[in-house]
Amino acid sequence: MATTRALRTAATVAVAIIGLVALWEGYKWVGDQTGGTWPGTTIDLPVMANDITMPHAGDIAAELFDDIRAGRETLPMTLYLAKKAAVTFLEAAIGFTLGLVVGMGLAIVMLRWRFAERGLLPWINVSQTVPLIALAPIVVTWARLQGYPDMFGIALIGTYLTFFPIAVSGLRGLQSPDVDHVELMRSYAAPWWATLVKLRLPAARPYLFPAFKLAGTLSVVGAIVGEISIGTKTGLGRAILDFAQRYAVWPERLYASVIAAAALGLFVFGLVNSAEWLVMRRSREVVG
Amino acid sequence: MSETSISADSAVVVDGVDKTFKVGELDEVRALSGIDLTVTPGEFVSLIGPSGCGKSTLLRLIGDLLEPTSGAVSVFSKSAHQARLDQDYGMVFQHPGLFDWRNVKANIELPLELHDWSKTDRAARSTAMLELVRLEEFESAYPRQLSGGMQQRVSIARALSFEPRLLLMDEPFGALDEMTREHMQGELLRIWAETKTTVVFVTHSIPEAAFLSNRVVVLSPRPGRISSVIDVNLGDRTDETREDPEFFRVATEVREALRAVEDQG
Repeated sequence: MATTRALRTAATVAVAIIGLVALWEGYKWVGDQTGGTWPGTTIDLPVMANDITMPHAGDIAAELFDDIRAGRETLPMTLYLAKKAAVTFLEAAIGFTLGLVVGMGLAIVMLRWRFAERGLLPWINVSQTVPLIALAPIVVTWARLQGYPDMFGIALIGTYLTFFPIAVSGLRGLQSPDVDHVELMRSYAAPWWATLVKLRLPAARPYLFPAFKLAGTLSVVGAIVGEISIGTKTGLGRAILDFAQRYAVWPERLYASVIAAAALGLFVFGLVNSAEWLVMRRSREVVG
Repeated sequence: MSETSISADSAVVVDGVDKTFKVGELDEVRALSGIDLTVTPGEFVSLIGPSGCGKSTLLRLIGDLLEPTSGAVSVFSKSAHQARLDQDYGMVFQHPGLFDWRNVKANIELPLELHDWSKTDRAARSTAMLELVRLEEFESAYPRQLSGGMQQRVSIARALSFEPRLLLMDEPFGALDEMTREHMQGELLRIWAETKTTVVFVTHSIPEAAFLSNRVVVLSPRPGRISSVIDVNLGDRTDETREDPEFFRVATEVREALRAVEDQG
């Protein structure tokens, strides 16, 4: 059963990639034929189909396996990007962990005191309207002045993005148990924290995991934005920044780094999915 | 002071209790008025009445899930609040209310966990409880794998696991089909005989009240008052009891009391 499912997933992914490549190349072909307009019209295509704007998929793939000179060493692009992604992953992981602590902490505080919910929730919502580009340098500079490593400042940007869905969904999940369940715990004279641990937290899991998936990808976005805005020396953000500056001459490289960022996002998503499977599998069992 | 509160060794004494919700507001609701009720240890008492008569409210007052507006409730000569802290009662609701992330065994052990029983003690007790409700083979099943009747048996096992002296049941068989319901009533009487627990049982089924109880308390609605108390002398219940003349006499008496109550309202 499990292998069939894995095979099916792999097949779906392969079909999706082939479809995407076909669309990309098809679009380029149409652009070549018509000179950049919709077929049979003089209306311009929304994106130019030349090799600078849209390099051939094959060239991007080839770039991934070409060598790149980085400082004194020369190594394949995949390995180069993987090393950068490892740094970004670490920052994202720290950001996610802190976001989890802050988000769940806020959810629990809002659960415990209704006035905290009324007082905090608007601010939590407002926090997400502050533009990240403006916030990132402030946070990172503050962290630097405190003497923290840049990695920590960057992770805080991830935290800023991740705590929000966790706090909001966490609160809904903690409030989700039926009156019957809450009365049952009362009838056992269970203290508040025991009700939290034995009833509310387990009941919140179906609400939390979708939030964790969102937060996981957001933590990667936060780390990359953080890296770019302070211009660190490493990480995927650095690679994206470097390659963006030379986009006009070597566009394949920027695309390669974007693919690496997407792959990292998918990897984190996969991690959260596995965690969900581990935690939820028992209560998912069906009549057998 | 009413005569009902004299006996010191009563299981439950409800003394002149009123319960009003939303006191002083426009939509103030007088749920119960002037309730006096005494339940002796080991007794099985049913509360029956039309919907809105406050029978569930009365049960929740006895269980200290609600507080009376005036009057007093005592359980085993203590306040209801103290009785709750002392774990003197177990509750069973209409919905089994099992935690679907816990298997049957872990659900039964929940109250024991909350009261810091050791792992070995918990395991020994849950095994005994599974035997009592005859679900030995299902200890590692999850609630959604069980039928409604089986889930309710787990719920009863959970309520009895810490040997409470008082069992409070709020229409526990209300969601079950007729055959399962009669079977569960038989099971409950067997368990009651084995554990000698005192039971206060809310129902809206006349045959259920007549079959199970030592006494049937009929409540009238808006505000809820005790309109009559009917004694039942059926001896040991069997399936034949349901065709016994005394059973029909009680059922008829309860039915007439309920009709009288509905005509008032």
